[in-house]
Amino acid sequence: MHYNRIENLIDKAVQDDIKISQIVIEEEIEERETTRTAVIEKMNENLNVMKESIKEGLKKDHTSASGLTGGEALTMQNSDNILGGNLYRDVVVKALAVSEINACMGKVVAGPTAGASGIVPAVLLSLAEKYDIEDEKIIKALFTAGGLGEIVSKKATLAGAEGGCQAECGVGSAMAAGAAVDLMGGTPEQVGDAFALALKNLLGLVCDPVAGLVEVPCVKRNGFAASHALTAVNMALSGIGSVIPPDEVIEAMMEVGDLMSVSLKETSEAGLATTETGRKIAEDLKDI
Amino acid sequence: MIGPSSSHTAGAVKVGYLARSIFKDKLNKADIHLHGSFARTFKGHGTDRALVGGLLGFKPDDERIRNSLQIAKERNVEIDFNLSDLRGVHPNTAKLDLVGENKEMSIIGSSIGGSRIKIIQIDDYEVDFSGEMPTLWVLHKDEPGEIGIITSILGNYKLNIARMVVFRNKKGEVGSAIIELDHKVNDYVISNLENMDDIYQVRYVEPF
Repeated sequence: MHYNRIENLIDKAVQDDIKISQIVIEEEIEERETTRTAVIEKMNENLNVMKESIKEGLKKDHTSASGLTGGEALTMQNSDNILGGNLYRDVVVKALAVSEINACMGKVVAGPTAGASGIVPAVLLSLAEKYDIEDEKIIKALFTAGGLGEIVSKKATLAGAEGGCQAECGVGSAMAAGAAVDLMGGTPEQVGDAFALALKNLLGLVCDPVAGLVEVPCVKRNGFAASHALTAVNMALSGIGSVIPPDEVIEAMMEVGDLMSVSLKETSEAGLATTETGRKIAEDLKDI
Repeated sequence: MIGPSSSHTAGAVKVGYLARSIFKDKLNKADIHLHGSFARTFKGHGTDRALVGGLLGFKPDDERIRNSLQIAKERNVEIDFNLSDLRGVHPNTAKLDLVGENKEMSIIGSSIGGSRIKIIQIDDYEVDFSGEMPTLWVLHKDEPGEIGIITSILGNYKLNIARMVVFRNKKGEVGSAIIELDHKVNDYVISNLENMDDIYQVRYVEPF
């Protein structure tokens, strides 16, 4: 994609009266020198992997090698006491499911990264289920998510080791929020607002994984970041804008990432990783 | 892809896979030096298995990655891990010292997030490519017109250059050219390049 700013994507969409997803799809066709059918089919494969990872994550029999992860999604799915309605429950459950499968070295779609792979599928597929939205539209929304993520990767980073978790779960939440607004028929400006709102509120999030595993706090954080995206979607669709435009939020994220200590960027040298319990877990797992 | 991390697992597989494609010889031994975040979290993130999986020719969605250390043993490939400070490189970086039947090669690659990677050094040559496009790495005599010869050959086969990085350590000796192209390169184009007098070595990697 040749776009380097979300602003330009929005302008183009408004000017031509099209969805952002359509721009991303057309850019993809041109860049890959292929057909629309091929591009859509490729994304459909991703959608199928996402669906499969949710299904797998809701089965009983998976535990990560460390034993720290497995069964969270199912626990919440089966609980009778979930406040906030079915959509909220679905979003969190699906994000946990994908993230559990990732922790168990199963197959996921890395979007924006594997560590943050639960958020986009959870938000889009829960909305699709609730509002009976066909796959074709989900696929289009995935292109919107992809386009937004690609701009972050060009302007800043998607690596926890470079930007902390704000660059992973933060961006995942922002991509999911923007794509969900597109899916629900919001305007291109609202896509930008939802993206900016979600990312702004996760600025500064550090990457401090216990024992260097993509498990604690990563798995549950996917659940949080997915419900967080839902809040951004509701704000944006109800007409609340972001004072700071999306591109400037991305720049701010990079600046915060640069200022963040290396010990909090996927090195497990501070934060949760070096708590008493975090250290103990690392020590116990040393030989695994 | 196979989890748990796009940078530390999928990206690492790609670094290993590209290193294998560049090395091209049968691999007997790999000394793997891990830097920064790679060094701190490699076990939990499966970076060790991912790099070795890539070196064995597995792609990021290959489920054999989980057992790659065992598979390397079965194939008699000796693997050794070291924690290193490589200085001034991306936090997710690995240096792969590869030993084959007839040669040795050292390759440094960084995983820059979301499974994107960058190969930054091959032996003494500074390079810079992502493996996202069909890429040629050509070693040639460093003299006027040599780049022109290479690009003319590519042009004759209607191969469009998207990006090119040239580098040499010493004037008049060996030049290194990284050429990223819009189209895949056929074997006969590579043979054509290899048959030129002043081209010493050609390596080609395709995106996956």
